[in-house]
Amino acid sequence: MLMIDCPWCGARAELEFRHCGEAHLLRPADPATLSDAQWADYLAFRDNARGWARERWRHVHGCGRFFNALRHTQTDRFAATYKPGQAWPEPPA
Amino acid sequence: MSGFSAFRLLREALRGQSGWEPQWRAPAQPQAEYDVVIVGGGGHGLATAYYLAKEHRVGRIAVLEKGWIGGGNTGRNTTIIRSNYLFPESAALYDHAVQLWEGLSQELNYNVMFSPRGVLMLAHNVHDEQSFRRHVHANRLAGVDNEWLDAEACRAFCPPLDIHQQRYPVLGGALQRRGGVARHDAVAWGYARAASALGVDIIQNCEVTGITRGVDGGVTGLSTSRGEVRTRKVGVVAAGSTSLVMAMAGVRMPLESFPLQALVSEPVKPVFPCVVMSNTVHAYISQSDKGELVIGAGTDQYPSYSQAGGVQILSHTLEAICELFPMFRRMRMLRSWGGIVDTTTDRSPIIGLTPVPGLYVNCGWGTGGFKATPGSGHVFAATIARGEPHPIAAPFSLDRFVTGRLIDEAAAAAVAH
Ligand SMILES: Cc1cc2nc3c(=O)[nH]c(=O)nc-3n(C[C@H](O)[C@H](O)[C@H](O)COP(=O)(O)OP(=O)(O)OC[C@H]3O[C@@H](n4cnc5c(N)ncnc54)[C@H](O)[C@@H]3O)c2cc1C
Ligand SMILES: [Zn+2]
Repeated sequence: MLMIDCPWCGARAELEFRHCGEAHLLRPADPATLSDAQWADYLAFRDNARGWARERWRHVHGCGRFFNALRHTQTDRFAATYKPGQAWPEPPA
Repeated sequence: MSGFSAFRLLREALRGQSGWEPQWRAPAQPQAEYDVVIVGGGGHGLATAYYLAKEHRVGRIAVLEKGWIGGGNTGRNTTIIRSNYLFPESAALYDHAVQLWEGLSQELNYNVMFSPRGVLMLAHNVHDEQSFRRHVHANRLAGVDNEWLDAEACRAFCPPLDIHQQRYPVLGGALQRRGGVARHDAVAWGYARAASALGVDIIQNCEVTGITRGVDGGVTGLSTSRGEVRTRKVGVVAAGSTSLVMAMAGVRMPLESFPLQALVSEPVKPVFPCVVMSNTVHAYISQSDKGELVIGAGTDQYPSYSQAGGVQILSHTLEAICELFPMFRRMRMLRSWGGIVDTTTDRSPIIGLTPVPGLYVNCGWGTGGFKATPGSGHVFAATIARGEPHPIAAPFSLDRFVTGRLIDEAAAAAVAH
């Protein structure tokens, strides 16, 4: 089980959190103007990277707030968690 | 390489088992050029190579495997086989596989231990019951066997099941009698052996690290940890690693890779006659011929390539198993492990062409592709050989995510098999 550092509440067990997918995906402002391929890209296509990944979490059984995290998808280690709207941190070297 | 037979077993028994040879050729290096290269030596990749050689007479075929064959999800899964999926496209695909399973040991001259002992899916609430009854009706229309059992009939079919416990009440279940299990390793080895006999090169410890493309954008070859290989056709069958391999050709995939775990108990005498699945409580169980209970758990909630999942996932499953089958409460578990499963948003696989000429992909089987191994290899081989989708594979194209023609099997396959 992961230990996750909520930017508001501090470190809590993974059971309190819900993973919410890749972070920094902006919902297109005007979907009607997109091609089918662009819309599919937004809905379904993902980096699915092996290495450092930016992802959204929600502290559902805590403060209830969303935040972003930088986590390594092979070691599952978190480098940082940060509030929505903040710039993403650089991955560790 | 000579075939297996009762006579041969007897002869080897009398001469100290000294006459067995390796079951497939293991060239250390790939050749400089092939007609088709399969990336990934799991069951699906090996089956693809076998049918390419057997049915399409493709001359020079290689399977490149970064580890050992069958060491991916093929060797890590709980081997549940069934075809009672909801949509006609899925029923056609999975039932094609079940039909091939039924004759596979004879076809390969290798005992894959296919055991159609029946797969019972439990309904614990009204929603489950409605959904399963709908599946039963849809399957009957599609010509696939599936029947509804009330709770008493479930208990009669699977005596260890406690239908009176309070926590996960059993309202009934959907039973596919033709479903069952097979031996995972034997499937990889059997296809490898039969493919190798037809001239397919199986190269282990050979990781594909790059895909080279020509001026027209088409595939021209592969870079591997054992040198360059020229080829015009590549079939990527890399399960959890598919996004990484496809990225080598600049293709983004509608996939996310999650850890999925399973575990086995200490071996005991035969106590469990069938396969039982419960999608609602994320537990599925059968007993292997060695006597171990084989138990499957759910996926972790976050994507990961760690091949290890959280322990809370396992304990959740074991709590449910102990509740449903109280006789297992004092059983000890021997081992647990994880695999990396590639999931799509509609929980259906992707089989077919890609935007890159000469590059084919077979992936997205997620938590439930073992059951499809023979059918998947069969239709994918035809797709690669002809350069156009086999009719059964056609609905599972990559571009369904753009056209919106999804095949939403989430109800059937969300976590379990
Ligand atoms: C715990 C668990 C339980 C499961 N239970 C069931 C079940 O009960 N029923 C069911 O139907 N399905 C089940 N599944 C799913 C099933 O295991 C898979 O869908 C199926 O085995 C996929 O087969 P494959 O041949 O495509 O993949 P794999 O067997 O994973 O083969 C892919 C291969 O590609 C290789 N590879 C990756 N990258 C490279 C590279 N760059 N170069 C060379 N080779 C590479 C890998 O090493 C691997 O051997 C389960 C999965 C898991 C993990
Ligand atoms: Zn919080």
